Amino acid sequence: MNYETIIGLEVHAELLTASKLWCGCSTAFGNEPNTQVCPICLGLPGTLPVLNEKAVEYAVKAGLALGCRIAEWSRFDRKQYFYPDLPKAYQISQYDLPLCREGRVVITVDGLSREVGILRVHLEEEAGKLVHSGESLHGSEYSLVDYNRGGIPLIEIVTAPDLRSPEEARIFLERLRTVLRYIGVSDCKMEEGSLRCDANVNLRIKDEEGEYRTPIVEIKNLNSFRAVERALTYEVRRQVDEFMEKGRPPAGTDLSRTKVTAGWNEALGRTYVQRQKELADDYRYFPDPDLPPVVLSSEQVEKWRAELPELPEEKESRFRREYGLPAYDAAVLTASRAVADLFEETARLTGDAKMVSNWVMGEVFRLLKGAGDDLEQALRHCSITPAALAELLLFVKNERINANSGKEVLEEMYRTGKAATQIIAEKGLEQISGRDQLAGLVAEVIAAHPGVVEDIKNGKKAAIGFLVGQVMKATKGKANPKLVNELITQSLS
Amino acid sequence: MKLCEMTAYELSAALAERRVSAVEVVKAVFERIDAWEEELRCYITLDREGALAAAREVDAERAKGAKGTKGAKEANSRPLAGIPVAVKDNLSTRGLPTTCGSRHLQHYIPPYDATVIEKIRAAGMIVIGKTNMDEFAMGSSTETSGFYPTRNPWDTARIPGGSSGGSAAAVAAGEAVLALGSDTGGSIRQPAAFCGVVGLKPTYGLVSRYGLGAYGSSFDQVGPLARDVRDTAMLLQVLAGYDPLDSTSIHREVPDYLAALGGDVRGLVVGLPQEYFSPGIDSGVRAAVLAAVKVLEEGGAIIKEVSLPHTEYALAAFYLIAPSECSSNLARFDGIRYGYRAAGAPDTVTMFCRSRAESFGPEVKRRIMLGTYALSSGYYDAYYLKAQRVRTLVKQDFDKAFAECQVLVTPTTPTTAFRLGEKINDPLAMYMTDICTIPVNMAALPAISVPCGLVGGLPVGLQLIAPVLQEELLLRTAYYYEQAAAPLSHCPKPEPKPEPKPSSEVSK
Ligand SMILES: [Zn+2]
Repeated sequence: MNYETIIGLEVHAELLTASKLWCGCSTAFGNEPNTQVCPICLGLPGTLPVLNEKAVEYAVKAGLALGCRIAEWSRFDRKQYFYPDLPKAYQISQYDLPLCREGRVVITVDGLSREVGILRVHLEEEAGKLVHSGESLHGSEYSLVDYNRGGIPLIEIVTAPDLRSPEEARIFLERLRTVLRYIGVSDCKMEEGSLRCDANVNLRIKDEEGEYRTPIVEIKNLNSFRAVERALTYEVRRQVDEFMEKGRPPAGTDLSRTKVTAGWNEALGRTYVQRQKELADDYRYFPDPDLPPVVLSSEQVEKWRAELPELPEEKESRFRREYGLPAYDAAVLTASRAVADLFEETARLTGDAKMVSNWVMGEVFRLLKGAGDDLEQALRHCSITPAALAELLLFVKNERINANSGKEVLEEMYRTGKAATQIIAEKGLEQISGRDQLAGLVAEVIAAHPGVVEDIKNGKKAAIGFLVGQVMKATKGKANPKLVNELITQSLS
Repeated sequence: MKLCEMTAYELSAALAERRVSAVEVVKAVFERIDAWEEELRCYITLDREGALAAAREVDAERAKGAKGTKGAKEANSRPLAGIPVAVKDNLSTRGLPTTCGSRHLQHYIPPYDATVIEKIRAAGMIVIGKTNMDEFAMGSSTETSGFYPTRNPWDTARIPGGSSGGSAAAVAAGEAVLALGSDTGGSIRQPAAFCGVVGLKPTYGLVSRYGLGAYGSSFDQVGPLARDVRDTAMLLQVLAGYDPLDSTSIHREVPDYLAALGGDVRGLVVGLPQEYFSPGIDSGVRAAVLAAVKVLEEGGAIIKEVSLPHTEYALAAFYLIAPSECSSNLARFDGIRYGYRAAGAPDTVTMFCRSRAESFGPEVKRRIMLGTYALSSGYYDAYYLKAQRVRTLVKQDFDKAFAECQVLVTPTTPTTAFRLGEKINDPLAMYMTDICTIPVNMAALPAISVPCGLVGGLPVGLQLIAPVLQEELLLRTAYYYEQAAAPLSHCPKPEPKPEPKPSSEVSK
């Protein structure tokens, strides 16, 4: 049996506008429930939506960064369903005329470039948030609703079914996050729900009987990159097993229109069926009569395009060109705009791009990874700025401290937020690089170990390391090891 | 003449000259309410204390202004300060129940004022109370009100029309001097016609919809009801204007409507759409309307027959689009945040269903079902979309007609006010009562209904329709007719009861 995995993603990203999509309420995260609400976002009788133009700008910029065509004329539609977190019982969304269509994103999988189609990017409003006394709405004694989130602008990004493995899906999602963060339209925090993903997956199986497609399963609300990859991996396996066990359905069964909605249980590591749909849900979409169409001039769109920052792809090739970085390093350093900025600015301040890239990808990443898998968030929340890092690296570069001390200082900087100079002074880490200061010590060590000196003179050059070690020990590691080595060699020759 | 029977224009002058106080005017209106409301039931909520407090404030300000220098200026800038106004109960009023005529919202007290309410308050007008209406404005008689029907002051066995029936009846009966209504398919003009008052449906977008409980969002307009055309112009002046809170409102300078009233109709080309004089129109109504046309003709207007060929499809198309919009607009009444919530439902879906089933009346349910059906996948193209195409054709009819004439004249309604219970069990017959007004909403045009006489003791309405944003032309033509014909010789009054006190006589 031979099969191909077919995955398409629907991604929701909250936009970073200061106010909500239809009213002036704040979009800030984490405040007391129902403190960021007004008659409009509560959907009180008689209220009307007024479009936040910043949200249109952000959605269009997202579309442009994803290579989409921008519609000159688009409109808002009502998507209707009843749910306690939806105050109007319809979500204002875009149906057949979205703002952006037909884009593409290039990802690198196993060193190879793959293109993933973007079917559409549209603008819509966020719903409120339910807090249940029990496990879920069903079966809880009571549920509470917080409408602070209701009405925050969202973009929905729908990919073509171009992804061929769970790993590709995760890589695509990471790339998407990188792009949206680069252009500053979304902070894409999966843990806070500002980036969410639904994944559609099925298999195209080829065997001696011909080709067969398994029913599409839509896994809802995946809220971490790991969950996306794990859930898809599980689901692919499950679909393979099911086919192996049951084979094809009886002739005449049409499963092509069947779609199963599934959830993902992170703790158990498995998907579970939520409901089976015979046909698409009937949301009774129709144009919202409260909102005029969105008409965008090409001048406006071009102005927004011109405002876009350098995108990751461009930055990556520039880093290779300008700093002579290997492809891998350039890709890693540009995967986050904050990291790229840290690298580039620190390189400018120290004049040593190679050194900076080694330190950033090595020590800095090691520290940041301790704070979770979101490097960019960790970096933004720590005290390692280009200026601070450059200060430290200049100590190392100028051999005023050795590399090991440098690592120690960086860790201290990361932990306490103190400056490198202060830490080095407090700990007395500055290297002893004066020949005069070290000459006496070297002479003492040589005098104290005649046996070793004999060995060296007899050609056992490696024993020099022992003598260097003794000098280092005597200086509590502050001696410049290169200089010590040089001095020992000199006096023994 | 009693204070409550005077026009806003007359009262405005009396108030400005301090011949009468706002408190006296408000008291006079409440005296009439005390005498007649029990029978008519124009209101759902009365705000006697709030009204008197607001009146005292207006009087105090006027007294202050009279001492200072800005007294006259103040009277000019706020000519309607101190005038009692009745507000249809689908307009959001902060702190005052706003039921939309529905049991579902019986206890709903909004935390905000509709834009038009802010405007009338800023103008110093006194809100007397919230008027009865068909539930969520769906009806043509006030009989679908979740509370009780309103009676027509001209004949209390009859309905006042609807859905703004409470507003029209209150103005006719002296239970208010002016009123706000809303018009989706005729809901201002039809009750105005049945109650012998003037009602104007503005161009879609002239008056803000912010705070108006939505029925058919692409048709809904708030507008004035008054005893004569001049009062109508004065109230429209307060209501009209761009509102940043309503994305469908029109960005444009508001003209001086009172200044537009002068002049005659010499050379005005008046179109008579033949489809509006069909045999379905009551012969008495037709005769009254044609007599009014004669008045215009005698004034020098040029009368021309025109055709609006798609009129016969307008009603059907309206009853697909408006219910579609209402099925969506009313979905928010789920009992979660406010409004009626059924007790004891085992789960959320049951709670939604029961809360709505137990609190909506049959007409509202009918329209929600119609609209839900029309928007359903597989039916959308055949119903909603096709109806929208008809809407375009109806609009084009008017465009063509207005290439030949400046203003159209029709009956407002096919008959005079009918009896309570006469049509309530025959939805189609009820829908037909709006056949002359609905096409105007389809085309987003302004139209006014003015009384043009009595037939069998009941008022008849003359409808004038103008191109978009030509309210001045409408008002001028209607005012000319009203002045030339003086169509109503008297206004309705309650059966003489022992009057409380003759204190509300005007001191002249
Ligand atoms: Zn809000």
